[in-house]
Amino acid sequence: MIDRQTTAAVSSEFPSLAWSEFRGQSRAVVPRDELLRVLKFLRDSRGFDLLVDITCVDYLNYRGAQDRFALVYLLSGTRTNERITLRVFVNEPEASVPSAVPLWEGANWMEREVWDMFGIRFEGHPDLRRILLPEEFTAHPLRKDYPLQGRGERHNFPVLRRAEG
Amino acid sequence: MAIEVPENVVVSRLDALASWCRKNSLWPMPFATACCGIELMATGASRHDLARFGAEVLRFSPRQCDLMIVAGRVVMKMLPVLQRIWQQMHEPKWCISMGACASTGGVFDTYSVVQGIDRFLPVDMYTPGCPPRPEQLIQSIIDLQELIQREGTISGREFAARSRQQPKRALVELSVVTLPRGVSRLPQRVRVE
Repeated sequence: MIDRQTTAAVSSEFPSLAWSEFRGQSRAVVPRDELLRVLKFLRDSRGFDLLVDITCVDYLNYRGAQDRFALVYLLSGTRTNERITLRVFVNEPEASVPSAVPLWEGANWMEREVWDMFGIRFEGHPDLRRILLPEEFTAHPLRKDYPLQGRGERHNFPVLRRAEG
Repeated sequence: MAIEVPENVVVSRLDALASWCRKNSLWPMPFATACCGIELMATGASRHDLARFGAEVLRFSPRQCDLMIVAGRVVMKMLPVLQRIWQQMHEPKWCISMGACASTGGVFDTYSVVQGIDRFLPVDMYTPGCPPRPEQLIQSIIDLQELIQREGTISGREFAARSRQQPKRALVELSVVTLPRGVSRLPQRVRVE
């Protein structure tokens, strides 16, 4: 749940946020250029001190979707017990957002995972490498246009025979 | 003409003697990555007691083992590790592919899961099941013991014969870059000649 005062304070500071509510959970669509300022405001002024997760949704072929990707930021205030969901829409080819690592150190691996699986760049990330897949992997497999069975990566190994072993 | 031998002397072929020693002292290398590993642990524990078949010494160093039991799915990031461990084991060595995932990929028909370790490794025995009961794994070990007794030689000639077998041909998927809008059907798998 989130306090009415919190949403009022955030929307008076950032009038461009589009708010919606679902089963008592408040969520806001944030313009890409305002993301870092909104995160900083929520952390410093409204007590959202915990970055729960950063994840991503691919809206390719989704009914009614205008944008390709939505980055989802889940924040929580450990003292106020409030939760808030922020969404940022990004599109190809410059699918990138500013990194949240300067605000939360814990964003480091979450952003690496989103980069690994969706191929969204985080500008200013100190170490944007793949985290789950092998380094020589070339695709971003959680994109909807990546085939479920892959492009043959799982077959790309040397075959050990008895004589060699 | 009969040759007198004392009562405590048994005459045998050297190959049969070596195979008899090997089959009754298999040292498994547990390569457990998933739920099959739990059944593998149960197999080694007191209730099912793999020691009855001389194979209770599960060692975690490949240098000390001669039977690799691959229990669970192997993902593409793990397969180079698996191959390296297999190469570190001393001859003579055998491999049991335990469960559906290790043998065929099981239900995990995705980009990251290897569709059967026998495409990249020589496998001697397959254990069906998801996961197999300890009794099934014990049956595989008994069958492997019979195989060793039947085919085993002291010089390992049977391995050289098996190395000439062709490995299973890999299925190659069509690479579909982008599905058109509104089309959600997966690309058909084709067998490449």
